[in-house]
Amino acid sequence: MYTFPNKLKNIARALMILGFIGLVLGFIGAPKNIAEAKAMVTSEHHDEGHGEAVEEHAEEIHAEDAHEANTHAEVSHEKDSHVEEEAHDSAHDEHLLHQLQNKPWAALYVAAFFFFMIPLGVLAFYAIQRAAQAGWSPVLFRVMEGITGYLLPGGIIVIVILALSGMHFNHLFIWMDPEVVAHDKLIAGKIGYLNVPFFLGRAIFFLSGWSLYRYLSRKFSLAQDESSDISNHKKNFRISAAFLVFYIVTESIMSWDWIMSIDPHWFSTLFGWYVFASMFVTGITTIALVTIYLKSQGYLEFVNDSHIHDLGKFMFGISIFWTYLWFSQFMLIWYSNIPEEVTYFITRIEDYNITFFGMVAMNFLFPLLILMNSDYKRTNYFMIMAGIVIVLGHYLDVFNMIMPSAVGDQWFIGIAEIGGFLFFLGLFIYTVFTELTKAPLLAKGDPYIGESERFHY
Amino acid sequence: MSNQFIHALYDDDDVLLNAVKEIREHKHHIEEIYTPFPVHGLDKAMGLEGTRIAIMAFIYGCIGLGVAITMINFIMIEDWPQNIGGKPSFTFLANLPAFVPVIFEMTVFFAAHLMVITFYMRSRLWPFKKAENPNPLTTDDKFLMEVKLNGNEKELTALLKKTGAIEITIPQNHEE
Repeated sequence: MYTFPNKLKNIARALMILGFIGLVLGFIGAPKNIAEAKAMVTSEHHDEGHGEAVEEHAEEIHAEDAHEANTHAEVSHEKDSHVEEEAHDSAHDEHLLHQLQNKPWAALYVAAFFFFMIPLGVLAFYAIQRAAQAGWSPVLFRVMEGITGYLLPGGIIVIVILALSGMHFNHLFIWMDPEVVAHDKLIAGKIGYLNVPFFLGRAIFFLSGWSLYRYLSRKFSLAQDESSDISNHKKNFRISAAFLVFYIVTESIMSWDWIMSIDPHWFSTLFGWYVFASMFVTGITTIALVTIYLKSQGYLEFVNDSHIHDLGKFMFGISIFWTYLWFSQFMLIWYSNIPEEVTYFITRIEDYNITFFGMVAMNFLFPLLILMNSDYKRTNYFMIMAGIVIVLGHYLDVFNMIMPSAVGDQWFIGIAEIGGFLFFLGLFIYTVFTELTKAPLLAKGDPYIGESERFHY
Repeated sequence: MSNQFIHALYDDDDVLLNAVKEIREHKHHIEEIYTPFPVHGLDKAMGLEGTRIAIMAFIYGCIGLGVAITMINFIMIEDWPQNIGGKPSFTFLANLPAFVPVIFEMTVFFAAHLMVITFYMRSRLWPFKKAENPNPLTTDDKFLMEVKLNGNEKELTALLKKTGAIEITIPQNHEE
C-alpha cells in the first residue's frame, strides 16, 4: 500500500494556498467600471512589455487609417475623435471592461478545464487498455485509476464554473447573455442548442456517464484482486468497450459546448478530435510522470523501463497526432480563407503569436526531437523533461483555445493565470495521491498481470 | 580448411534460444542462424549489435526535408510563382502552410525508400540473387545454426546434440 508522504502533502497544500491567493488577487484586481478598465489599459501600455505589441498594432492601424473595425481602446485615446466615433468608443470601452472582467474568470476556467481533461484523457487511455486486453499495461492500472480519481471533483468544479457563467457572474459565454443574442442573428439561430438549461443538463449528463464508468471499472478492478475467477475482468472489458463509444461522442460534444461555444460564431468539424488529442497526450504524460515519481520513491518495483519506454512511445506518437490535427485545422481554414472561419486564427496569430507558435514548439518540436531516440525514452531524466514541457505546452493549448475569445488582446500570463494553474495543480496532486493510497499499487488479480510484469522490449 | 562450419538443425525456437545461450557460454562463435520467422530475443541471445538503421532513417528524413524545401521553393516561388485560390506565391514563408503536406510526404518518402534500399544493400540482397540459405527446410519449419569449426568437430557435435539439435552436418565447401 502507498502512503501519501507528508512532504508531498504539504507541497500540494502550499500550491493550493498560493494559487488561491493568486486567484483572489486576480479577482480583486479586475476593474469594476469603465474608468478603471481604461486606466488599467493606459498604464499597462506604458509599463508592461506586452503593451508594446498592442501599441505597434494600434500605430499600424493609424497609418492605414482604418479605425472602424478592430481598433483598440488605445486608438481612441490618441486619435482626435469625431463626434460619431464617440458612441463607437463607448461600446469599445464597455467591451474592454468585459474583457478585463473576464480575465480572472478565464484564468480560473482554463486551469480548471486543463486539470479536468487530464483524468478524462487517462480514463480514455485506461478504457482502451481494458477493451484491447493489453498485456503490457496492467502494472500501471492503479496509477491510472489514481489519476482518474480527480475526474469527479475536477468535473464538478468545471460544471460549477459553467453554472456561474449561466447565472451571469461573468461573460465567458456571450451566447448566455440575452442582450447579445437579441442583436445577433447567428447566435439566435443556435438558441435551440445553446441555451443555459440544456447546456448544463448536457454537462451533468456527460460527467455522470464518465464518473459512472470510472466508479464501476474501479470497483471491478478492486474486486478482481480478491477473486478466484476472471468474471470481474470480463465485466470490465465489456463496460470499457461500451464506455469508449459513449466517450468519443460525449467528449466531442463536450468540447463544442465547453470550449468552442465561447466563440459561438466559429466552428470547426475536427474540434472534438483536436481536444481529444490534447487531453490524451497530457493524460499519458501524466501517467508517465506519476509512475516515474512513484518509482523514484521506491514504489512500483514491478514497473520496468520497458513500460516507461512504451509510455514514451505514446507521448511521442500522440504529440505528433495532436500536431497533425492542429495543422489540419489550421491549414484548411488558412487555405479557404473564409472570413467567418479565418478570424479565429487571425486573432491567435496577431494577438497570441508567442503562445500560439510557442505551444507548437513545446508540443511538437521538443517531444519530437527529445523522444525520437529509443534510449532516451528509457531514461527518466529525458522523460520527465519532455513530460513537463508537454504538460505546460498543452496548458498553453487550452489557454489559446479559451483566452482569445474571452479576453481578446488583453491577455497576460499574470498572477491570476499562474495562481489558477498552481491551485488546480495542488488540488490535482492532493486528490490523485490520496486516491493512490486507497488500494494496493499492483492489480494482482488481473489475468494479464504476469505478462505485464515480464514485459520487456 | 579454416572457413569450415558445422550446421545444426533445430525444430523449436525455444530450444534454439537455449542452445544459442549454451553454445555462447562455451565460447563458440555462431556465424549465422537461419529461421523461418523472426525469433523474439534471438538477436540479444546471439549478442548482435543494435541496428543503426534508425540513425540512417533520421538522416534520410533530414535529406528528404532539405530536398523538399529546395524543390518546392524552386517550383512555387522562384521559377514560376503561382496564384492558387487567391494566394499569390511570392515568399516561401507566407505560403509555407500549403507546402507542409508536400514537405512532409517527401520526408517520409526519402526516409522510407532509402531505408529499404540501405537494408537490402546491408543484407547483400538484390534482384535475382541466389539464396545463401544452406537448407531449404529453414523456409518451412526448421531452424539452422551455423557454428564456426576450429578442428573441434567431436566436442562441438556432442555439445550441439546435447542442446537439442535434431540433425548435425558438416557441409563440404565446394567453392574452394
